[in-house]
Amino acid sequence: MKEHPRHARPHITRDENLIFERSSPGKCGVDLPAPEVPAASAAELLGEDLSRQEIPGFPEVSELEVIRHFTRLSTWNYGVDTGLYPLGSCTMKYNPRINEVVAGLEGLATDHPYAPAELTQGCLKVLYDTTRCMAEITGMDAVSLQPSAGAQGELSGILMIHACMADRGNPRKYVLIPDSAHGTNPASVTTSGYQVKNLKSDAHGCVDLGELELAMTEDVAGLMLTIPNTLGIFEVHIREICELVHRKGGLVYMDGANMNALVGVARPADFGADVMHLNVHKTFSTPHGGGGPGAGPVAVRKVLEPYLPSPMVVKSPDGTYSLDYDRPKSIGRVRAFYGNFGVVVRTLAFIAANGGEGLRQSTQDAVLNANYVMRKLQDLYELPYNEPCMHECVLSDHRQAARGVHTMDIAKRLIDYGFHPYTTAFPLIVPGAVMIEPTESASKEELDEFIEAMRAVAEEVEENPEFVLKAPYTTRVSRLDEATAARKPILRWKE
Amino acid sequence: MRYLPNSPRDREEMLRTLGHSSIEELFAQIPEQIRFPGRLDLPGPLSEQEVLESFKQAAGQSTREYASLLGAGAYLHFRPAAVDSLLSRGEFFTAYTPYQAELAQGTLQAMFEFQTLIAQLTGMEVSNASLYDGSTATTEAVLMSLRLTRRNRVVVAKTLHPEYREVMATYLRQMGTEIADVSYGASGQLDIAALESALSKETAVVVVQSPNFLGTIERFGVIAELVHRSGALLVVTVNEPLSLAVVNPPADADIICGEAQSFGVPVAFGGPYVGFLATREKFVRQMPGRLVGQTVDTEGRRGFVLTLATREQHIRREKATSNICTNQSLCALAATIYLCLLGKHGLKALAEHNLTMAHYAADQLAAVPGTSIPFASPYFNEFVVKAPGRADALLSELRQESILGGVNLERFYPELKDHLLVCVTETVNKVTLDRMVEVYRDFSAQRQVKAAAPSGASQAVGQEKA
Amino acid sequence: MYPEEFQYTKDHEWIRVDGETGTIGITDHAQKELGDIVYVELPKSGDAVTAAETFGTVESVKAVSEIYSPVTGEVTAVNGKLQDHPELLNTDPHAAAWLIRVKLSDPGEVQKLMSAEEYEAYIQEAESH
Repeated sequence: MKEHPRHARPHITRDENLIFERSSPGKCGVDLPAPEVPAASAAELLGEDLSRQEIPGFPEVSELEVIRHFTRLSTWNYGVDTGLYPLGSCTMKYNPRINEVVAGLEGLATDHPYAPAELTQGCLKVLYDTTRCMAEITGMDAVSLQPSAGAQGELSGILMIHACMADRGNPRKYVLIPDSAHGTNPASVTTSGYQVKNLKSDAHGCVDLGELELAMTEDVAGLMLTIPNTLGIFEVHIREICELVHRKGGLVYMDGANMNALVGVARPADFGADVMHLNVHKTFSTPHGGGGPGAGPVAVRKVLEPYLPSPMVVKSPDGTYSLDYDRPKSIGRVRAFYGNFGVVVRTLAFIAANGGEGLRQSTQDAVLNANYVMRKLQDLYELPYNEPCMHECVLSDHRQAARGVHTMDIAKRLIDYGFHPYTTAFPLIVPGAVMIEPTESASKEELDEFIEAMRAVAEEVEENPEFVLKAPYTTRVSRLDEATAARKPILRWKE
Repeated sequence: MRYLPNSPRDREEMLRTLGHSSIEELFAQIPEQIRFPGRLDLPGPLSEQEVLESFKQAAGQSTREYASLLGAGAYLHFRPAAVDSLLSRGEFFTAYTPYQAELAQGTLQAMFEFQTLIAQLTGMEVSNASLYDGSTATTEAVLMSLRLTRRNRVVVAKTLHPEYREVMATYLRQMGTEIADVSYGASGQLDIAALESALSKETAVVVVQSPNFLGTIERFGVIAELVHRSGALLVVTVNEPLSLAVVNPPADADIICGEAQSFGVPVAFGGPYVGFLATREKFVRQMPGRLVGQTVDTEGRRGFVLTLATREQHIRREKATSNICTNQSLCALAATIYLCLLGKHGLKALAEHNLTMAHYAADQLAAVPGTSIPFASPYFNEFVVKAPGRADALLSELRQESILGGVNLERFYPELKDHLLVCVTETVNKVTLDRMVEVYRDFSAQRQVKAAAPSGASQAVGQEKA
Repeated sequence: MYPEEFQYTKDHEWIRVDGETGTIGITDHAQKELGDIVYVELPKSGDAVTAAETFGTVESVKAVSEIYSPVTGEVTAVNGKLQDHPELLNTDPHAAAWLIRVKLSDPGEVQKLMSAEEYEAYIQEAESH
């Protein structure tokens, strides 16, 4: 007999102190090779004043203890490998294992960034091929893989707009951003020296053309737009929007955070975007790693190509690859070396495994999954913008809030059903947002279980709201006191 | 496609539930004219075996058969097997940012341990949970100093990694912030007189790297005094943090930041790496990047959460302390595991090993005719060599012996023509170092033979002058 | 609930005027909206504040809120207790958790603010939307 809906059950989870509390003098997790020349002490070689005797408090543990410590810690985490991770706007999809293997190959994982180009053709080829794939997918003309993450891609893109506008005679003062945007957008714009002007969304959660017409003055350098937007809705008037901005002498920055809804279906350059970044962990499945490393390639049309970060990887007619530093109009470097190469390797491996058709199928599955969840839940959870969605859907806690249960409480209770919560505090234009993104990695079977769990929680909210407010019940720790953590921050262990 | 779990029948059923007859209908919101009609021209689809083969080919066109004396901000160190073994736990590498603390205590506790290790290593009070890399960490430290002092002039040692200086320039250009360089003196350390004249009442921050890009270790007593007397903050960048196991961290620095790639993160052609930023407790609310804090749950059990998030972009938006949205969690985890494995004694022993071998190499090279070690200051595992002739030609000779002999410094410092930056870590053994010295010796001898020949004499003198 | 002797702003600050000095704080409604308050950033004594302009911030775990001055003047005192005990703003917003005292430049400004009765009507209307 099948039990419905299934609840999570806690499993063995050993208590594990901080590594510092496990430490005891004289232990070490490595044995170093014997010195080949007579070892000299730091005090002899550097002098007493410069040399350090010891690092107070540093751990002393054996290899096995390190293995057990971090293995135990890992069991207190939830990953895509554990189950559905429907965090809207975060796109948590399967991370293929072969990508880890190829990124770790000797040669790719071990080449030094300052090794001569003639000897590092393999790494340069990986970089070059990836830029060509990105250009094909976005329809753009040129790509830099230097930005370390999406937010740095944004910064690079806005700096390029600044440089281009300055070359045209006036960098202008403002960048327009819709109120539904990710927080990185306004932060990146400010870091680039522009001021932010907010655009109010219309009743469909999209850009209001009338508002845009008014806001797009001579002082405005351009528009920064996420497509599909953070409600998971495609901007139907995107062509008109881009034309309007261009007509007023501005440029369009597309935040490509949601490009996983478009790969193989539509190309940003074709609808008028001038510059965009991609978040490779979202669209190309590089592991999120508990918060990085990511990569934020930035793709541009011809008009912005001269301003791309330096250096660029180029291919000569003879088929060899090299780094081009001769870029007088470049915005310069945004980080040391050439970008997060190891992440780029995984990106290219994912693209090559899928091919164009596989990527298109992934897009279609992601959109199908999101619409399926939305329609299966909209009778119990408020749907503030009732439009067909793309890769994610945004419901809200409006009905549950009337019973005193908010989106975060529902999310916490979902944990007891064995699922990672959806996104709760975003987008800001939907109070009590319940933002769900299943991705193409969710099977119908798993989605049905998730839907069942969401429906069960909605029922619990009706019957026993108090019970939901104290969830989760199955995790290693219950709800944590965030207020005390912020009032009296303890940011490190002390003896 | 092997990664997709929906069967054709699942798709059909779901479409039927939605009342659609084809998947195309779900994309009806995208106007027809801008839909991509063709097929993306991409490599693949490839089987797993083919993926492996194609990347093995790329990996073959590499320096994997070479011994490397390259450093300059990316350090090749041995990585214990336990590091990758633990990183490959799916619960770590397939997890998201730990916003849902109840399901992310593993990542959160590990980051808390990272913060503690960095604080101990740098001797500072607090550290964040990592930034992109050393270059952006240094730039963020500068931005933080501008906020703290409300001044607008930056003084930077010319011996800060040249690419870090470029990154800083990119970020500061739009803000109208002036950057002044301070050169190095004859010893390779910061020119104190030049620093003194560069300081003014407008100076917000002074950035000094140690060991600096020329490998020399700075003495911070006088520097800190001068900087603080002018009311500025002192930022110290460390991009070979292994040095901190044997070199005292500057106690008077306001921010110590840099690159922790040395700790278990592969060199990987320049990234991903792991920046760090540590500072005094009183500055914590102006710090960029994520922070993990300790707290208790409803039953009093110890637990960890992301904290002081109001500094960050997702809440403060255009007024955030930085636009950074992520840390380098997995790389920071690698560093944490690595530091725990080596621990107090392993790290010091490894640092002394690097120190000893680098000094052995430098001493041997100094004995080669025409070769010199131009900077007399103390150094850790990296030092400058004046080549006995053209540096490029010497590097080619070394390459013939499967040795990557160092970074030609002329690229970054035109005045250092024919100077090489040489790095010696535990990955290079004595046999290789002795072979390197032999190449220098042969190279030097060839040049002396040429110089002795009547026709070559003028050429050699010409080289000397150039 | 809302003391009669205070005047109120639309941004949910209160002021109690005593001769030439005004004491300023945030209202009970404001602290409820913010939730657990974890940090307060305030000006220094001697700083100038301007009516309807921001002079500080109040932070909860997941929100930052700016505080607007009801009046123009010079800061004469700052409530130091709030640095270590920001939670006072949750427990006693109308008394112990006052924020700053200001020497008023134009006592007439206070007349433009809401009375307790008007403020209560204002927040009731806001809540019904």
